[in-house]
Amino acid sequence: MAERDPAWQARARPENPHDSAHLHVTGQARYADDAPEPVDMLHLAFGQAGETCARIAAMDLSAVRAAEGVVAVYTAADIPGDNNVGPVRHDEGLLADGEVTFPGQPLFLVAATSQRAARKAARLGKVVYETQPAVVTIAEARAAGSRIEATQRMARGDAGAALEAAPHRIAGRFAMGGQDHFYLEGHVSVATPGEDGQVHVLCSTQHPSEVQHLVAHLLGVSCADVTVEVRRMGGGFGGKETQATSFAAAAALVASKTGRAAKFRADRDDDMVLTGKRHEFEVAYEAGFDDAGQILALSLHLASRCGASEDLSPAINDRAMFHADNCYFLPDVEIVSERLKTNTVSATAFRGFGGPQGMLAIERIIDHVALALGMDPLDVRSANLYGPGRAVTPYGMTVADNIAPQLIAQLRRDADYDARARAVDAFNAASPIIKKGIALTPVKFGISFTTTHLNQAGALVHVYADGSIQVNHGGTEMGQGLYVKVAQVVADVFAVPLAKVRITSTRTDKVPNTSATAASSGSDLNGMAAYNAAMTIRDRLTAFLARIHGCAAHEVVFSSEGVLAGEERLTFAQVARKAHMGRISLSSTGFYATPGIEYDRAAHRGRPFYYFAYGAAVSEVAIDSLTGEHKVLAVDILHDVGRSLNAAVDKGQIEGGFLQGQGWLTTEDLVFDGKGRLLTHSPATYKIPTASDRAKHFTVSLWDGENVEPTINRSKAVGEPPFMLAISVFSALNRAVAAAAPGKRAMPQLDAPATPERVLAAIRELAAR
Amino acid sequence: MTVRFLLDGEVVELGEVDPTATLLDHLRYRLRRTGTKEGCAEGDCGACTVLVGEAQNDTVQWRAVNACIQFLPMLHGKALKTVESLSRSGTLDPVQACMAANGSSQCGFCTPGFVMALHGKAIGALGCELPVADVLAGNLCRCTGYGPIIEAGETIATAAADERELAARLHAIAGEGAGGEWRGRKWFAPRSSEALTRLLADHPEARLVAGATDVGLWVTKGLRDLGEVIFLGDVADLGQIAETSEALTLGATVRYAEAHAAMARLHPDLGELVRRIGGLQVRSAGTVGGNIANGSPIGDGPPALIALGAEVTLRSLAGRRTIPLEAYFLDYGKQDRRAGEFVESVRIARPDPHAVIHIAKLSRRFDSDISAVCGAIHLTVAGGRITAARVAFGGMAATPRRAGACEAALVGQPFTVATLDAAAEALRGDFTPLSDVRGSAAYRLDAAANLFRRLWLREQGTCISVLDLEAGHG
Repeated sequence: MAERDPAWQARARPENPHDSAHLHVTGQARYADDAPEPVDMLHLAFGQAGETCARIAAMDLSAVRAAEGVVAVYTAADIPGDNNVGPVRHDEGLLADGEVTFPGQPLFLVAATSQRAARKAARLGKVVYETQPAVVTIAEARAAGSRIEATQRMARGDAGAALEAAPHRIAGRFAMGGQDHFYLEGHVSVATPGEDGQVHVLCSTQHPSEVQHLVAHLLGVSCADVTVEVRRMGGGFGGKETQATSFAAAAALVASKTGRAAKFRADRDDDMVLTGKRHEFEVAYEAGFDDAGQILALSLHLASRCGASEDLSPAINDRAMFHADNCYFLPDVEIVSERLKTNTVSATAFRGFGGPQGMLAIERIIDHVALALGMDPLDVRSANLYGPGRAVTPYGMTVADNIAPQLIAQLRRDADYDARARAVDAFNAASPIIKKGIALTPVKFGISFTTTHLNQAGALVHVYADGSIQVNHGGTEMGQGLYVKVAQVVADVFAVPLAKVRITSTRTDKVPNTSATAASSGSDLNGMAAYNAAMTIRDRLTAFLARIHGCAAHEVVFSSEGVLAGEERLTFAQVARKAHMGRISLSSTGFYATPGIEYDRAAHRGRPFYYFAYGAAVSEVAIDSLTGEHKVLAVDILHDVGRSLNAAVDKGQIEGGFLQGQGWLTTEDLVFDGKGRLLTHSPATYKIPTASDRAKHFTVSLWDGENVEPTINRSKAVGEPPFMLAISVFSALNRAVAAAAPGKRAMPQLDAPATPERVLAAIRELAAR
Repeated sequence: MTVRFLLDGEVVELGEVDPTATLLDHLRYRLRRTGTKEGCAEGDCGACTVLVGEAQNDTVQWRAVNACIQFLPMLHGKALKTVESLSRSGTLDPVQACMAANGSSQCGFCTPGFVMALHGKAIGALGCELPVADVLAGNLCRCTGYGPIIEAGETIATAAADERELAARLHAIAGEGAGGEWRGRKWFAPRSSEALTRLLADHPEARLVAGATDVGLWVTKGLRDLGEVIFLGDVADLGQIAETSEALTLGATVRYAEAHAAMARLHPDLGELVRRIGGLQVRSAGTVGGNIANGSPIGDGPPALIALGAEVTLRSLAGRRTIPLEAYFLDYGKQDRRAGEFVESVRIARPDPHAVIHIAKLSRRFDSDISAVCGAIHLTVAGGRITAARVAFGGMAATPRRAGACEAALVGQPFTVATLDAAAEALRGDFTPLSDVRGSAAYRLDAAANLFRRLWLREQGTCISVLDLEAGHG
């Protein structure tokens, strides 16, 4: 454990920039599409379904085969092994096998001499469909009884009786949209055939091991025959956790069949149509509370659109349930979660993994309670926080590390919330069309994969005889700074400068059987695995030096001034050379499994999380009540990363996560038509935030504290939690909308994302109520 | 056909070249300059931003453009800088150094595009005198939240280099232009409007291309073959801006970024509208004339220009004719451009300083978005009475057009809130908008009608834009 080295623990944390920063700014950082292409490389495109739900009666691909540049065309019948890219349940074919279950579904695969030729040819397929009734919306799926699994229920006490007994009751419903990941680098995979049936796949994926396994099954070869490599992704955000597989599998199939290197680089529009997004949710609730705004009873119903296959939907919807409490104690509670199967592209992982949807639900409920009582929403939030005697979640886990009350109090003070809230009200009283809103919302996010076996990691550290170090681990780099964090851990173990540690690409032939880089767990798991690998080597070196220098093991010290062994002082390079001459192994694997977690999914009870990460944000917004346009004016964040492994990287994650959350709740509107076809499949119509959408006043502070659990350096995970800080924007918008219909004191009917159109509609609906 | 341009001082000469091959593909897959990235291939993300320099007498005007929708022959006679150009000496250029040090990159994929946009600011590229957030409006980043990038941009000082030598070399390599043929695809690059007129008479079906910010997508997204193309970018005399006390006249190939200042001087609302058309890269390539000629039903420029009484001049071998801009738009996808004609210029009369004008673009996102509704109201008020009214909207019908009933409800009436409310009501009779991905019919009608109330409140001195607000932060 990291605990055993107090000197290392106490060392100041440098704010090291991203290890690839100098490569990013010069354009020298290599992404999967940047490797030199062999002259005979083939380029791929899918022929896509034009129908929503249908049986394929006939498929005439003669025009595709005859098109200029086309070398090969494959259908499901050409797949030698298992036609499946589904990560958990085998319910998702790479290529449709007789049935179309969503519009845009891959039907056949074209390999051509150029990307343009492949894309052009892919449009020439003639498919005869026997169309069947499609199920597109949540309501349609519910009516048809179409679900990916049974409806889940998490409960404590008797919510129904407690609702009846409560002094006040509210009920409401609202909807929230999904979100496209819009990683700037679209999906890309390059497969290169090797000898004897082997294949190497360079892939932009968060989950190389899963790609490896599924490619092997698809080709009908063993995992040992497939190597998947990823140096870096141009963004992932969950969109490359399961969704890279089909592109990798297609490339591997073509490489295997033709003996030529094959690249699948998805065009942006195709990428957006073909790959899954965040789940959209519909929420209905009834809450009972007292005069002080304390919630006594909650009945919450969550329904999500999961799309055509299971993908990760069960775990994602579970996490929505886990976070429907956020920071609040819910005495009598029932959370029901319906997972609906539809003829739309299968929804998938996205930063927060269901957490944002559950958390937005409870924060809307708090806002509703506040409006009903005429209280400031922050006072209602404060009245409901977990605390002594009120510390057990609806799934039975004790919140042992609760810092939300102190963190909220500090931000309330530092951001001057109360004075500003009064100023907002005064502004609104005097301003006829522009209305302001302000909100402070907290975040409590559970850290661990809720599928317990995924909480493991491996690493491989080599020390070379010249004292240079290579580190490899199962985590992938998608911009979040995992590599530099892990390299720092290793550098600190040996007390060498960071520059001595070479970070290498993630490869399934170096560290096997890894979990996805997901659930914010990358540095917790891989950092500790790398620490364990490095400590194994250091322990060997210590024993060796103690032996040859005749000192005690505790007299061997690795310090920035060099390695001390009794009276001797050596450079690390000298130590490495000596150890090599002394026939000491300078290479080690390391392994880590998160302790103490268990979960009974059937009962929805247990301790699914190792710990919680906390944070809070104050957002101030303005809306134009004539057009619905709005602007985020100021954001102040106080966030808990424990004892930060790298404050510069962590602040970047916090700011970036916040703005991505703001996009989800404001401008990023996915529009599907009645046949389930995505209409907003390019940046021309799908609008992620731009530079000017970042509030002019934007501060980020780190909570001064450490993880109570012995994580690496007592740090906390940071990838996902900050995303949900942006719920403060939505809550502030809600307050501004309510102010646009003064005297109503009613909850606005505001769905997410709060586009100008939805804001204006909410104002009109409220005014007319 | 032959295309010659200067890349880091070296002449790149391309012989056999598909005239609609994109600069981005050529950089990445032929020249192995893979620092320039493809994020969307439609000019909306900026990951492929490069700088293109054009000789202007003895200086070079640099422009930031999206390489994904620049056809290779458009580069002929120009200078090109890519992200690799900036650190050829082995040291980072100041923009790169600042961004590398302050956490401006996470995944790094969008970073080269940001580097190039900010390098454009450093060397005084077209349109880069705007605030940093505007310079970067055409660059999307999904990781950072933009904070460190904006901070880096704010440290960048602008200093134009002496580029007389480069200008001279550009004049030398341009030669007779880049016209030619490749596998039956023809590319014409006339140098004068006279030549263009004759060419168009001989090839009336040829596709006219200026900035390619729209036509580029026909190739990258529509996978279309454009057939014969006449490129307007080298027609020197179509690029003139004439600003007088009476009017602003813009030649057909004047780019939005070039016209921005003069349009802002015509009316601040027009300047604000232009600021929000596309991003820097789109405004640095897209032309006012092209925005008119392609006849988009939204076309952010035309509604405002119609309300301001703009006239468009069309020219062919038979001569010139000048028509009100609204008459040019006949129906969806159908314009009053006859065979052999091209849009030569647009003339916008300078409005009366006492005119009441309100131009509004409503979109889901403020920057680099296409409007759901683009509205322009232009009233002449004398003695408390509205004597003339021009009201035009985009996004409300198959073409940008005037609101006749609404105008009738205004003219002759006292300039009061009651009159404006009546005009707003009348507007609902003028349009039957569609619902699409940018907005529902109901939103379009409601928000458009509300613009009259907003105009009134602004006249009363009330703040009407959330963009003008500051937070009440201590």
